Amino acid sequence: MGRKILLDKINIPGIKTYEVYRQNGGYASVEKALKTLTPDEVTEEVKTSGLRGRGGAGFPVGLKWSFIDKKSGKPRHLVCNADESEPGTFKDRFLMEYIPHLLIEGMITSSYALGANLSYIYIRGEYMWVFKILERAIKEAYAAGWLGKNILGTDFSLDLHVHCGAGAYICGEETALIESLEGKRGNPRIKPPFPAVSGLWANPTVVNNVESIAAVPWIINNSGADYAAIGIGRSTGTKLISASGHIKNPGVYEIELGLSVEEFMNSDEYLGGMMNDRPLKALVPGGSSVPILPAHLIYKTANGDDRLMTYESLSDGGFATGSMLGSGGFIVYNDTTCIVRNTWNFSRFYHHESCGQCSPCREGTGWLEKVLHRIENGHGRMEDIDLLWDIQSKIEGNTICPLGDAAAWPVAAAIRHFRDEFEYHVRFPEKIKNRDHFVEEPFEKVRHLIAKQTV
Amino acid sequence: MENTQYKQEINITPELMTRINELIGHYPDDKRKSALLPVLHEVQDAHENWLSYPLMDKVAEILNIQPIEVYEVVSFYTMYNQKPIGKYMFEFCRTSCCAVRGAEDLMDYTCEKLGIKEGETTPDGMFTVVGVECLGACGYAPMMQVGDFYKEHLTKEKVDTIIAECREGKINLHDK
Amino acid sequence: MKVTIDGHEIEVEPGTTILQAARMIGGESVPPAMCYYSKLKGSGGKCRCCLVEVSKGSDANPTPMPKLMASCVTGVMDGMEVKSISSPRVQEARKSVTEFLLINHPLDCPVCDQAGECDLQNLSFNHGKSETRFIEEKRTFEPENIGENIQLHMNRCILCYRCVMTADQLTDGRVHGVVNRGDHSQISTCISKAIDNEFSGNMIDVCPVGALTDKTFRFKSRVWFNKPFNAHRDCDKCCGKTTVWMFGNEIQRVTARKDEYHEVEEFICNSCRFDHKDVNDWVIEGPRKFEKFSVINQNNYTRKLDKVTIETEKQILLGRDQDRKKISMVEVPLKNTENSKS
Repeated sequence: MGRKILLDKINIPGIKTYEVYRQNGGYASVEKALKTLTPDEVTEEVKTSGLRGRGGAGFPVGLKWSFIDKKSGKPRHLVCNADESEPGTFKDRFLMEYIPHLLIEGMITSSYALGANLSYIYIRGEYMWVFKILERAIKEAYAAGWLGKNILGTDFSLDLHVHCGAGAYICGEETALIESLEGKRGNPRIKPPFPAVSGLWANPTVVNNVESIAAVPWIINNSGADYAAIGIGRSTGTKLISASGHIKNPGVYEIELGLSVEEFMNSDEYLGGMMNDRPLKALVPGGSSVPILPAHLIYKTANGDDRLMTYESLSDGGFATGSMLGSGGFIVYNDTTCIVRNTWNFSRFYHHESCGQCSPCREGTGWLEKVLHRIENGHGRMEDIDLLWDIQSKIEGNTICPLGDAAAWPVAAAIRHFRDEFEYHVRFPEKIKNRDHFVEEPFEKVRHLIAKQTV
Repeated sequence: MENTQYKQEINITPELMTRINELIGHYPDDKRKSALLPVLHEVQDAHENWLSYPLMDKVAEILNIQPIEVYEVVSFYTMYNQKPIGKYMFEFCRTSCCAVRGAEDLMDYTCEKLGIKEGETTPDGMFTVVGVECLGACGYAPMMQVGDFYKEHLTKEKVDTIIAECREGKINLHDK
Repeated sequence: MKVTIDGHEIEVEPGTTILQAARMIGGESVPPAMCYYSKLKGSGGKCRCCLVEVSKGSDANPTPMPKLMASCVTGVMDGMEVKSISSPRVQEARKSVTEFLLINHPLDCPVCDQAGECDLQNLSFNHGKSETRFIEEKRTFEPENIGENIQLHMNRCILCYRCVMTADQLTDGRVHGVVNRGDHSQISTCISKAIDNEFSGNMIDVCPVGALTDKTFRFKSRVWFNKPFNAHRDCDKCCGKTTVWMFGNEIQRVTARKDEYHEVEEFICNSCRFDHKDVNDWVIEGPRKFEKFSVINQNNYTRKLDKVTIETEKQILLGRDQDRKKISMVEVPLKNTENSKS
């Protein structure tokens, strides 16, 4: 059994409510931090823990906190990024829905460390019922004196509110999120200045993922060193993994970083193996943006080491033979999946979600989708495969925010590892007319059709 | 651009205004505009789930901003509807994780059952079916959103039940 | 601070951007800019045409920046080294951005009033290809009437946001904006409201492409057939300093005075721009010179050029001697010295 830090109390009946949460040791970290630690000591503990941002980028949380501009004298803000929209990711929702006070406790302790007196939780609009859960939980926390003026009789005051988005993946990008919080279109800002200097209403701001903030109470209650003792190397602590696709037990799992991918996939404690015992074809280990891995690179890295659930091991081999841990959206595909169709699906998503501000992403994501749609529907040309490669390489790195990269990577990885499937679509348009074309006839059975002919 | 063929009765009730003021109170006094997104949700919920230009103008007036600032925002975010839609909007997630678990087939089934195409509303104004992008329920696929709630692990039978319950008025759309 | 761009070293004030520094140096190192506009606060960073390679971050931290940087919004650091035209990566990126901007563009230059003074035309002239790889259907928008004086052609728009910033910063009560999202983003008033504000006409001048053009000049003439003169009048609303574009003795168009980067020197009011087309309204100062290399300059009458006789001209313009005198096609640059300059 892996160690549980975030979900250890999830099965206690009534843990959603303030009373039960408090009876089970809730809000202890606020007491400890406010009464016995200075804000800098809290930051220091988080630094020691090695906790890395759980939203996808994996940037060290303590380091991010230390960048916040405390000299300007302007009000500071902590904003929790609960705009979870990365396809394959649904862990934050689980946390907020079933143990909302953990996030609120984390927000108070973290706001204290940053010296923020007005903080927000930005939740995606589609999670409206979770928005209401958080609103009620915040009211409970106010009523119990954990929020408001002079918390626990100290001179630390904090107002916390929950703000809802309205359907825009791009608002998960921290500067777009800030724009949206200001009541504007979710257009990412040009950086620098970074939010740590000029964020919400031009005030110094830190934006952290739900899971990152929810890990803070444990770190403060125990210690940064205790947290760092879990995991391997620079991948410390536990991570929530959202598992979906063709597996027996989809859902949210808390794992100790360092667990092997094979164990995670096949043990009954976790995913329980493939649905209907069909063969594994591909894996997207960290949400739709990260490169897809073909079957032979999932359990072992290119040089034959065991693939582990860590930031480092999943990216072992770079983009050529590796991927990324990302946000922990673990999507498993079996042999009935069409990679071309799936790539088109992702491209449609990014096309739909591009904010339209900068030209490579605005024009390029639409172009990718249109070309992929043609190939998937039997109107592809051989040169389209190279065209796709070229378009994605021209979007990547040339955009304002990482959405451009996120749109480019899945296309690049699909062509890199599954080029023959694209060729099959171009050469045998009759065979792919039905959208379930690989259900009756998985690609393995028709692969020989596109084998290079020897003269 | 203008949708003049649809008329909407604007009714900002005292209860709605109280809620709007509560939301505005979450932001500093000089940052009323920040309340725009949450306020639009409330206003839309109270107006048959869509926002006409006059209604957006009203929101602009309440928040003391230019109408265009509201139009820009409303048209950016997918959850605001700019024309009337069915009382029950079935929003099927069709992104990868749901798609590989049969979301497309299920959406086709629902459309067929209701006699409409994706994006259309039934003539009686009861149902709209739309395909949307990832709703964050990948592990509980296939799924759809109806009002404020998610209906997960869907099957044809469950869709049938939900449609029947909608017709009987048993489905709650909002959690007020 | 010291910054080196393509090997040219220059001292600049802290806070200067790479693009501004490059403009101080001038010449071929100046990156193209479609969305940046020095007179509009917050502009830039969007079109990605001005990407440059920072091969040395600064003296303090010499690490190169991994990604290409938008030069219009990246501040220089002391000792920074930048590659603009000298970097193959940059050249490639500019080609890509040009291609992206053109895939959905209608390419209707022959009927576009902006042709000849269009930044997108210049960009594709320098970085574009003559063939396209885009075989899909182009995106189009419904036409929208935004009033008596300004013509909106959304299909040509590159979403630089300059007109939105102009409305925000020059006028009160902005009525148009960017609506919708992604590749369906568009400039619109949403409810067919006329954009009538005393300074709204400046949107035409800041528009880098033919998306916003002057309705009072619509289809009147190709810009290169007009002779620009600096002119001024007493105006109680603006500086009154303009460029009038003449066809014979007729003022066909009035614009603000633009510098070599196509940026206006001073914004002007709508009354000067749209309502004063009589020569007697203006004090004509003299011919307006253009520095910038662009299509419009190929035949600029202020340049000293040899007289070229077009043999067929007499027949083409048969019976239209009046027009012939008005058209400034008496002299065209064909000398080798002229061509080698470009």
